[in-house]
Amino acid sequence: MSDDAIVRIEGVSKHFQGGITAVDAVDLEIRRGEFFALLGPSGCGKTTLLRMIAGFEIPTEGRIVIDGEDMSTTPPNRRPINMVFQSYAVFPHMTVAKNVAYGLKVEGVAPAEIAPRVEEALALVKLDGFGARLPSQLSGGQRQRVALARALVKQPKVLLLDEPLSALDAKLREAMQLELVRLQHAVGITFVIVTHDQEEALSMADRIAVMDAGVIRQLATPEVLYEYPSSRFVADFIGKMNLFEGKVLTREGARLLLDVEGVGRISVPCEEEHSGAVGVAIRPEKLHLGREKPSDHSIALSGVVTNLAYFGESSQVFLTTEAGRSLMISQPNASRTTRSGPRKGETLWCWWAPADTLVLRA
Amino acid sequence: MRTPAAPLEYSRRMPLRLIFLVTTIFLYAPILILIAFSFSESRRLVNITGFTFKWYERAAGNDQLALAFANSLTIALINTLFATVLGALAALLLWRFRFPGKAAYEGAVALPIVVPEICMGVALYAFFARIGWPSDWIWPFNLSAIAAAHIAFSFPFVTMIVRARLANFNRELEESAKDLGASEWQVLRDIIVPFMKPGLIAGALLAFTLSLDDFVITFFTSGPNTITFPIKIYSMVRFSVTPEVNAASTVLIVITLFLTAFALWVQNRDKPGGSG
Repeated sequence: MSDDAIVRIEGVSKHFQGGITAVDAVDLEIRRGEFFALLGPSGCGKTTLLRMIAGFEIPTEGRIVIDGEDMSTTPPNRRPINMVFQSYAVFPHMTVAKNVAYGLKVEGVAPAEIAPRVEEALALVKLDGFGARLPSQLSGGQRQRVALARALVKQPKVLLLDEPLSALDAKLREAMQLELVRLQHAVGITFVIVTHDQEEALSMADRIAVMDAGVIRQLATPEVLYEYPSSRFVADFIGKMNLFEGKVLTREGARLLLDVEGVGRISVPCEEEHSGAVGVAIRPEKLHLGREKPSDHSIALSGVVTNLAYFGESSQVFLTTEAGRSLMISQPNASRTTRSGPRKGETLWCWWAPADTLVLRA
Repeated sequence: MRTPAAPLEYSRRMPLRLIFLVTTIFLYAPILILIAFSFSESRRLVNITGFTFKWYERAAGNDQLALAFANSLTIALINTLFATVLGALAALLLWRFRFPGKAAYEGAVALPIVVPEICMGVALYAFFARIGWPSDWIWPFNLSAIAAAHIAFSFPFVTMIVRARLANFNRELEESAKDLGASEWQVLRDIIVPFMKPGLIAGALLAFTLSLDDFVITFFTSGPNTITFPIKIYSMVRFSVTPEVNAASTVLIVITLFLTAFALWVQNRDKPGGSG
């Protein structure tokens, strides 16, 4: 247990009526000042975990320690934590300034001190001059900023954000991702974000906990999560993946000799211990395409292009191998041409470096 | 080229226009005629002659009618106050909490809305007679039986309106206020009651008009010294429909219209914006 943990979750479970276990014996440490993401499909328990940190749910088992103090049963209005809700929950009958001032008012802050702090908070979220407006006169993005200012003005130890970007359109969402990271650096407060969008988590968070069925599957930095997923679930959930069924034949020093369905025998570097049936995975962007078979030590397969999907910055090529396996290959559209790419029906080689191969427990 | 008329496009379908016209006539013509006669010189209700305010003066000068009007307003105000508070509390209870027998309670609250008024009237009459509720108190306390009866039948309407409003309440508003440090009482005062406000105003106005023009229940609960406006008009009409009655009724219509318009305005004013 390190001292820099601002939130420590110790063996926390939450059972609901009807025998539903939303969170199952989770241990977790959120560090002071980090941007932390709880990522998972809907129903994985991430929102319940967030609500337990906020105080809206009481854990059935375990403890929640906030800045060294056990707050498992402390009501939300007495926790040094604030939350930005999915619906933003901006009070419709109060002006922007009154919304932001509300938390200070109920706390009993002197009125003379409230006004400058409200100004400061509104400036922080770039809403200066909006104080007199009513929420009904604001756009969705502006309302979210009000919710942010309202939480940040309280100077919480932790700011919780429940799916903060899900209601925004794509362009605004991207801008807001950068904005949230800027804000977090500016205020230095620990941010904990709940999201089902892996891109959001990867682009913003310092560390990500991937949750599924009430447990944390993997806790790592975005790079480690993407490049070294520890399970099939994480590999599949984060980004795109080509997955094969395989079998470990033998270990040769630092390498494993595998028999992979549809690929054949391959030797890949792998330090972890594996035996028996395994999953063998390779990311689409780690695959290369060409008309000639490569002469190096790459793992190569030939196949027919069955489908092409153009995304602008990259294209996805679907190749069906002789063994009938479909492979997804991501190709950056690095230069401005429309002619030289692969065509449907063409027979091509695709290959990858053995070191890019992931071996996952089956 | 004109587009074909939509199935319910009133302005372009002859039968619908006819129905519209007939319903409008049956709804509003009697009221308009009543108002017109209240300004007519002639005492006989055959044709309208001249223009005068004398029936209004006569009505205002009728002490019994004035007392009945004062009684009605007093009862309506007391009723509005109690019915709104009780109705809002019942709405909060039904919206917020789960308790054993909730479904039964909910049904019981709605009962006065569905029970025929005549039954309510007879039941209340029997009830007040049985418990010997005193009716000889000094004004305005002699109106207590009528006021109690009015509160009993009008607060469920307030409950329904406020509850409909609360159904649209975003629970995250409440959680958000708590998250910002508010106690349960502060949440109620600062968030929930302001949200209920349009419902409270609409409910209060409804309770006021329900009480002001109630006849059936009041008829069974009023005594010789506690005549209300509708009952006084009824007794005057039993002798003859005088222009005086027309004038008094017109006043009642104007009050009701004004309050209804105000209620609609309040409700629509808060409609855009939503819960944020």
